Amino acid sequence: MDGTGIIKGLGVTLKRFVETYLDDLRWFGKRYYTQEGIAHRMSPDARGIFTIQYPEEKLPVPEEFRFIPFLIYEEGPNGEKVDRCTSCGICAKVCPPQCIWIVRTNDPNTGRPIPAPAEFYIDVDICMNCGFCAEYCPFDAIKMDHDYELSVYDRFTHNIYNKEKLSKPVSYYASIRPTNYAAEEAARAAAEAAKAAKKATA
Amino acid sequence: MSEQISVLEYELTARFPGAVIADERKGYSGYLVQADKLIEVATSLRDELGYDYLVSLTGVDYLPEGKMETVYHLCRSTGGSPLVIKVQVPRDQAVVPSLVPVYPGAELQEREVWDLLGIRFEGHPDLRRILLWEGFYGHPLRKDWREPYYEEEGKPFKSRWPDGHVYRAEDKNPFHKNVDYPAGFNPETWVPEADAALYAGIGKIQSSGNGSDLQTEQVVVNLGPQHPSTHGVFRMAVTLDGETIMALKPVMGYLHRNHEKIGERNTFLQNMPFTDRLDYFSSMSNNFGYALAVEKLMGIKPPERAEYLRVIMAEFTRICNHLAAIGFFLNDLGAYFTPVLYALEERELILDIFEAVSGSRMMCNYFRFGGVARDLPEGIYEKMRKLVYDRLPRKIDELDRYLTNNEIVRARGEGVGVLTPQQAIALSAAGPLLRASGVPYDLRRADPYSIYDRFDFDVAVRYHGDIYDRYLIRIDEMRQSVRILQQAVRDLPDGPIQEGKPQYQVRVPAGESYGRVEGPKGELGFYVVSNGKANPWRYHVRAPSFINLTALETMCVGNKVADVVAILGSIDIVLGETDR
Repeated sequence: MDGTGIIKGLGVTLKRFVETYLDDLRWFGKRYYTQEGIAHRMSPDARGIFTIQYPEEKLPVPEEFRFIPFLIYEEGPNGEKVDRCTSCGICAKVCPPQCIWIVRTNDPNTGRPIPAPAEFYIDVDICMNCGFCAEYCPFDAIKMDHDYELSVYDRFTHNIYNKEKLSKPVSYYASIRPTNYAAEEAARAAAEAAKAAKKATA
Repeated sequence: MSEQISVLEYELTARFPGAVIADERKGYSGYLVQADKLIEVATSLRDELGYDYLVSLTGVDYLPEGKMETVYHLCRSTGGSPLVIKVQVPRDQAVVPSLVPVYPGAELQEREVWDLLGIRFEGHPDLRRILLWEGFYGHPLRKDWREPYYEEEGKPFKSRWPDGHVYRAEDKNPFHKNVDYPAGFNPETWVPEADAALYAGIGKIQSSGNGSDLQTEQVVVNLGPQHPSTHGVFRMAVTLDGETIMALKPVMGYLHRNHEKIGERNTFLQNMPFTDRLDYFSSMSNNFGYALAVEKLMGIKPPERAEYLRVIMAEFTRICNHLAAIGFFLNDLGAYFTPVLYALEERELILDIFEAVSGSRMMCNYFRFGGVARDLPEGIYEKMRKLVYDRLPRKIDELDRYLTNNEIVRARGEGVGVLTPQQAIALSAAGPLLRASGVPYDLRRADPYSIYDRFDFDVAVRYHGDIYDRYLIRIDEMRQSVRILQQAVRDLPDGPIQEGKPQYQVRVPAGESYGRVEGPKGELGFYVVSNGKANPWRYHVRAPSFINLTALETMCVGNKVADVVAILGSIDIVLGETDR
């Protein structure tokens, strides 16, 4: 009979409508603007509507989420910043859109290169967030950030980031990527232990 | 297999003595054909040896040898690996006979080769530029052509390290200073002739008479480029008689950025994130095709776990893409945004998985040569299981219930935009478009790659070739993808995810290779030529969205103007891939 297909389809829509309100009731007002509510709405168990009320609500980003690189520095005993970067240039070489610019430091007396960057720039207008720099950095000195709210009024004055703007403490890195951080620290400790053991036997 | 090739070789070289010789350059395969014998050889391959399906047509500029080469990948529509034939002509006299009379599917591809490489195809019915505008100076994929912001032949650029004082390219080389006009050219007084040439191609067509005495007048109408139903900036110039389509020409290139030239400046690895930006709905599949092409050249294979992860990601991508395709197709039919939002819900859950695994929802950049970038984070495996065993099958059933027997969908879809199997093969249609026309050609079975030969699934096929069948086949394919996913998730082995150490500079031996995958939109191929250096010498994308448009006119002629939108929606194009 004509029209049964349409009526069946409307049934699907009605089911959605009812499910959304049933889910609201089941969560008793906690479905919105709460961490658990957001987590539930992005899980495979969610029924009814999915939408997130950005910017009041924000989807939590997973640990691997990548958005614009940043440089890591360690905090020294007197509060000084010690760059992990040795300005080896691998990130600049692997960068697909070539948005990383590094000035290497030279020793003023000998003229020989020192393993530390004098300047480090990233043109974030050009960066394509591929994450290669973080993936291939042998010193874990450059990592991808989680902060995605970077809009500015004038890109010409704001969007070339220098070393100062790019640098963030290692504690920040540990807070946004705890699993990666723990794995890297463990690997580093193991490598150092192996080195020490080798020294001891020699 | 080797026996088959030797029989073929005997047939070809004996039948055309001197005109066909095996390509014996190191790392190359296939045959070199003399330009004047090309039509004869192609006809014989099509009619007598069964190579009825032209998969890919492209060109390569061998600047050091002073030669231009056109490369044809021919397949049997019953399956098997492609046969490669090539024609070499001198660079300064690059003229090759057109294959459009033998394979009508060559039409848009030959226009692209003419546009980008400047190889002229003798006998082509409508040889105009296609991605660039009429009046563009030069052919950008020629190796001696340089882009306005040219810096160096290949990346990485020397200016970045160790003395990388930052500047913006447009500050150093401001607009107007960076353009190079031919002698005597004045851009102020120049009037483009492109539209005249376009409209000449679709001018007044003699109506066979519609039985009435009405004196109707034909009008040319432009659909697009700014039109919500063209899924991007895409334009169709149509000749209308009343509401009936008499002729149609697709006009594209508004999103052209010369992906292939960028690819030839990049190193091999640097191309990986750029492939994400082709068909941005299915970046995992794009990664897959490119990784296969380069791995073939390098002679490596990923470990087991990586193979499974690749298949899982590729099939999730197919479901994502088909959900979006069905949703937006309903939009085109006028069911504004309710179906598409229902369809996008599950896509959202899949994109969450992609984000957790690769770091990005759409620009995944997840595949590496010889493996994948990282292993599954905690909790993702459970999420995948829930999706493939419970949520996705339910979703597909729901969409089926919601739409398949809807009277409006049937009335708008059945019998509209028909493509017969013969036409589909001749016009090089691929993917759902080809299979909805009754040709069971799916690369996962026809020319299996990766580990698809291990899974139990059926090739979805429908027989009417209309837009309703193209809707149904996407539902069928999603069901098959869920079947593959259930097996892959169940069997996912433990182990390494990368062959050898991850490397940012890979050594790729000289040679050519063609990596093909069954992308959600059709056969996605990457033709890569290496000369042993860090950057590919040639990097060509066989883009299904682009080549499927060859069949657009055939499907549209005779239908009403409102159907054009639905037919275009049923092909499922993405302009990022069409225009490259």
